[in-house]
Amino acid sequence: MTESSMPAPAATSLTGSSRVKRGLAEMLKGGVIMDVVTPEQARIAEDAGAVAVMALERVPADIRAQGGVARMSDPDLIEAIIAEVSIPVMAKARIGHFVEAQVLQALDVDYIDESEVLSPADYVNHIDKWAFNTPFVCGATNLGEALRRINEGAAMIRSKGEAGTGDVSEATKHIRKITSEINQLKSMTRDELYVAAKDLQAPYDLVLEIAETGKLPVVLFTAGGVATPADAAMMMQLGADGVFVGSGIFKSGNPEARAAAVVKATTFYDDPSVIADVSRGLGEAMVGINVGDLAAPHRLAERGW
Amino acid sequence: MTANLRSESLGVGDSAAAGPHVGVLALQGDFREHAHVLTRLGAHVSLVRRPEELDAVDGLVIPGGESSVMDKLSRTFGLAEPLQAAIADGLPVYGTCAGLIMLADTVLDAIAGQQSLGGLDVVVRRNAFGSQNQSFETDLDIPALGEEPMHAVFIRGPVVESVGAAATPLAALADGRVVAVEQGNLLGTSFHPEITGEYRFHEYFLGKVRARTASAVE
Repeated sequence: MTESSMPAPAATSLTGSSRVKRGLAEMLKGGVIMDVVTPEQARIAEDAGAVAVMALERVPADIRAQGGVARMSDPDLIEAIIAEVSIPVMAKARIGHFVEAQVLQALDVDYIDESEVLSPADYVNHIDKWAFNTPFVCGATNLGEALRRINEGAAMIRSKGEAGTGDVSEATKHIRKITSEINQLKSMTRDELYVAAKDLQAPYDLVLEIAETGKLPVVLFTAGGVATPADAAMMMQLGADGVFVGSGIFKSGNPEARAAAVVKATTFYDDPSVIADVSRGLGEAMVGINVGDLAAPHRLAERGW
Repeated sequence: MTANLRSESLGVGDSAAAGPHVGVLALQGDFREHAHVLTRLGAHVSLVRRPEELDAVDGLVIPGGESSVMDKLSRTFGLAEPLQAAIADGLPVYGTCAGLIMLADTVLDAIAGQQSLGGLDVVVRRNAFGSQNQSFETDLDIPALGEEPMHAVFIRGPVVESVGAAATPLAALADGRVVAVEQGNLLGTSFHPEITGEYRFHEYFLGKVRARTASAVE
């Protein structure tokens, strides 16, 4: 029998490395990350098979409805959610708000989402994410944006979609855009890649790496408007490594059933018979907003630069 | 269409006649990284999500990921019982991180109602190091796999809190906590060789797979 109660790992160990930060996202692949606003919702999410939860005060649909400045959540709420579940807990900081990120790191969240769903704190700079031990996930609408975030230290990317709408069309647009831009790089010659880096406004080294490997160096999830099992499966078929579901679960008629169904559809994303089975009798999906009906200033995906 | 492209990129079906046929449990987690390593080592790799996909394989890898999710999905889709039967029948199985948890007879700090497949006579504690801020990489001595230390990445990883009589520890941290175990055809590590370019555990596992298929032929 071998037993030990010493908390510290070996003295030569290294925390906060790129490999460790990106590694957690690798382990979340094929899974569903759910927005939760209470410990009770976090419990429902964990019981339904979420791989992680995003702790926040208001889901995007409510942020959208209530307006005003949206900020980092109350530390008490985040800690209560961390205490409730054993799966990873993520929390959102405003774009560029490095002090909110410092607070989230001090609260020991597992991932920080520098998120356009909150009101930006800096309209020029994003957070220098290399300065943190806690990994970051950032949103992107296209490859250039994704590469700029990775260059700043993001360890995971999520395509943005349009959060809080239940309209999956923007999520579709962004994941298609990112994958098609990756495919274009793969077919380019060296000399064309210099120009591509300029056009993408992204570092040449990263552009070259994508051209050679044919994929992002970090995990790519999809977010923003996913409301049904079929939505989640479609994102997976379009090449996402996993799915964020924000308002789609707890703004629906039967969150428990819908959450479990989205999890199953994400695993069996290429099996229409499973997707059909899990889609039965879920009750009402969230009432959506068509992105086309949103005035440009209310489109969250346009935040971030 | 995308799904097919992904299968090709794993090299699935490329080497059907060559190496042993190894499945990777693909309910959730970093199963593609395992498939990639196994393919590089000459195995014929397929992804396993359904009971019938288990029938064809000579060995199975349970990847890193979220153990509570793998547990739920494996029971919902009827995989857990055939898997337990296969383990009892001597199928070589290698589990990393969540996979080690799935193979442990006893799991501490599991979520309510979480079950494991069992097979390894060990007590494993989930998330033993704490949050992601405590995730780390380090070098381990693993005498069974050669003199050179192994670089190991622990991501919200489990530790083996106690090793029963039937199981053998293969590696421990400097503080003595066990992070790799073996019992017959079962192998489990708290860490992730599949994401560090480290092939020795997978080679060791494939050795078990080959030995078993060879004895079956005789």
